[in-house]
Amino acid sequence: MGNPVKKMSAIDRVFLLLTGLLAAYQIAIGVEGVPAVSLWAYTVGFGILLLAGIMLIILGFEGLDSPFVAIVSTAAPLALSLGLVWDYLPAWRVAYLVFVIVGFIAVTITRVARMGRVATITLAVVHGVAGLIIFGLPIYLSLTGTTPGGFILVGIGGALIGVGGLMLSFLKMGKPVLSQSAILTILPGLLFLMTAAFVAGFTFS
Amino acid sequence: MATNLRATISRYTPLFKSLQTGLLLLTGLAGYMSARCPIFNVFTVLAVAGSLLLAISGSTILNMWYDRDIDARMERTAGRPIPSGQVSPVEALRLGLLLSLAGVVWAVTLDPLYGVIVFAGLFFDVVVYTIWLKRRTPWSIVWGGLAGGMPILAGRALGMGQVEWVGVALALAVLFWIPTHILTFAARHHEDYRRAGVPTVPAVYGFAINRAIIAVSSILAAVMMGIAAYGIGLEVGYLRVMVVLSIGLLTLAIRSLMRPSERINFGLFKYASLYMLGTMLLMMFVQ
Repeated sequence: MGNPVKKMSAIDRVFLLLTGLLAAYQIAIGVEGVPAVSLWAYTVGFGILLLAGIMLIILGFEGLDSPFVAIVSTAAPLALSLGLVWDYLPAWRVAYLVFVIVGFIAVTITRVARMGRVATITLAVVHGVAGLIIFGLPIYLSLTGTTPGGFILVGIGGALIGVGGLMLSFLKMGKPVLSQSAILTILPGLLFLMTAAFVAGFTFS
Repeated sequence: MATNLRATISRYTPLFKSLQTGLLLLTGLAGYMSARCPIFNVFTVLAVAGSLLLAISGSTILNMWYDRDIDARMERTAGRPIPSGQVSPVEALRLGLLLSLAGVVWAVTLDPLYGVIVFAGLFFDVVVYTIWLKRRTPWSIVWGGLAGGMPILAGRALGMGQVEWVGVALALAVLFWIPTHILTFAARHHEDYRRAGVPTVPAVYGFAINRAIIAVSSILAAVMMGIAAYGIGLEVGYLRVMVVLSIGLLTLAIRSLMRPSERINFGLFKYASLYMLGTMLLMMFVQ
């Protein structure tokens, strides 16, 4: 990240630990009555949140100084959105699975090959679509009564993961929407809130 | 009187290496509790904890007693109680022998097979690893690993009444995990070890080989842990958590292999400890 990185505070560590524990809890209990594909998609999404919490505690914010952060921060919303599409939009399963695979490969290639503007646009499109699905679909399903009202919390988590992921990704690309220090200040709390919203949403639905 | 006792405790406390002892003790308890024994059988659990605590602490103190000369030459360990003169070598030897003997006798009383395995762990650790091989070959870590696998094998054997394949798989998981733990530490403090004349893998074979061994042993540890967890009958949700934790271990090991750095190396060291803690807690409390 170039500049000296913000030191992690005790409260940051507490937020990250809680993030990891909540994600581990969700992985362990799973989501009842869903197909294997969506269960594994949710496991990948929450698995990334679990490992992100642990790795940040161990490595500090310097751990974000890795070429794979942008890729991994895209994989979490892609996996969670795939699970939602698989569960609630069966007609779109194959099309969205193709989008997830192609999108992930495109982000990885453009990121590894350091393709500058193309990488930024690819990331914004892939991340944006996944984020909109996690944000919009649960809210729509809750408001139309397809799912219990508590499922709306997954949408709130989707909004937060979209904001967090994009901030992190653009920070990695050298185009931060906020200063590095500001992003790192809110990141642990944001990770915790999004994970709590997801877990609560799945639990209350 | 009370002041003297407090002073003695504060002198002795660093001799026990509380984190290392605690982690090994946890593996022993996990081995026992994974056998689906009634975990509320408080007396047996306390007896396992007590006997292992005594035996592990005793062997740790005996190691410190024997290694006092090399500890004095290493910056990291020069402040330990024996090289710094806070505890005399004879005092440490007596304490180490007393605790080891008490631990083994308690273990044998609890169950002869359990006692034999606890004694084997102590023997491998103190005699084979520390006294015989540590100053001769970097491959002494294999024997250190075997010793490290004994508490979990002992606990499992006590719970099952025999040594069975799950217990062996658990012991192998710890055996393969030990190089990740020890070699990341050896890389971080290689100058210290070189000054003390202790042959380590990074010093004898170089850092690249050291990282390769760490990566391979991490993979083997994760695989053996998975096999053991399956054999124990860990519920599928908790197996998923274990898979995720194992992926974290492998990611750091491979990252260390591809793009080595001091931060990743030390991160892997810390993650490996957390990994062992997490998997042991899963085996202890959820099935």
